[in-house]
Amino acid sequence: MYNLLAIVTENRIQVFSIIGSISLILIILGLIKRKKLKEEYSLLWLACGCFFVLISVFKPLLQIFASTLGIIYAPSALLLMLIVSAFFILIQFSVVISKLSESNKNLIQEVGILKVELKKLHSHVQDIK
Amino acid sequence: MISAKIIIITPAYNEEKNINRVIQSLKQENSNFECLVINDGSIDDTQKMAESSGLATVIQLPANLGIGGAVQTGFKYAFYHQFDYAVQFDGDGQHLASEINKLLAPLQTKQYDVCIGSRFIEKTQGFQSTFMRRIGIKLFEVLNKLLIKQKITDSTSGFRAYNKEAIAFLAENYPTDYPEPESIILLGKNDFKVKEVSVEMLERQGGESSISGLKSAYYMIKVILAMLMTAQRQKIRRDIKNV
Repeated sequence: MYNLLAIVTENRIQVFSIIGSISLILIILGLIKRKKLKEEYSLLWLACGCFFVLISVFKPLLQIFASTLGIIYAPSALLLMLIVSAFFILIQFSVVISKLSESNKNLIQEVGILKVELKKLHSHVQDIK
Repeated sequence: MISAKIIIITPAYNEEKNINRVIQSLKQENSNFECLVINDGSIDDTQKMAESSGLATVIQLPANLGIGGAVQTGFKYAFYHQFDYAVQFDGDGQHLASEINKLLAPLQTKQYDVCIGSRFIEKTQGFQSTFMRRIGIKLFEVLNKLLIKQKITDSTSGFRAYNKEAIAFLAENYPTDYPEPESIILLGKNDFKVKEVSVEMLERQGGESSISGLKSAYYMIKVILAMLMTAQRQKIRRDIKNV
């Protein structure tokens, strides 16, 4: 019992990071369940979450990754990964916004045209009356 | 020619002082012109002034889209109502209604799809823009030559005429902000024949230019990027001749 506690204490950061990344996944899944987040926009977040669980559980993975890239201080590799994943998600946002503004533009144009057609129709009806 | 349906598309943003005069001049030029004003979410009395003439159809956009979005609304309207020709004519009074026929003539010969009114073919009497702007316009001319191998001297001109095929194409594909230079590449890339004729332009009679100061740096970068990217894209035109 004492031994287990000692192991946990020694590896506090690992415990915290596992808890943290699992919570991220749970939060995302919860949002999808409550329809606050669409499945198609959640995939990148879930991928990030799974990735962080993976490197939290298998500690040497980060070490290997860092040395492959030539990073001496392993935790900075972690930061790098964080930044890269945040970047991907932000790029996805820009893409989604562009798509939204395109459909928004089309809507504004069609509403304008419909309004004028409706007005014309209305005055026709008045004339007939 | 007599039976051809012609629509004049006039984008207007806060042009309460000019719009009525512009509409009057268009109707005086040819009473058969259908005048379409697109009020691009103006915050002044543009809507009221344009409607008060009773000579124009006025589309009121529920939000401000920018000049490209406004003009494209006109193309959509022209497409839905099957107009043969559309003329883009600015709402600020810098274009001359008397020169519209000059722009339509090359289209009526069926040799061209689009005709642009240019200030720089001959040294005309009218407004020639500032020195810095002319440098920018010259740069666009070089880009046009490189990217679509057509000589277009006045890429920023908003005085243009389009035939039916160009209307149908642009109703679906038109850039939203600062559309003029980019749309030339878009048209050229899709095998539309573009012609330029010499026109005169007046200095704006009211309102302010939409591009000044820091904005002009943004303008140049955005427009050049858009021109280069448009040139990289695949041809998207579908032939509508048989439809």
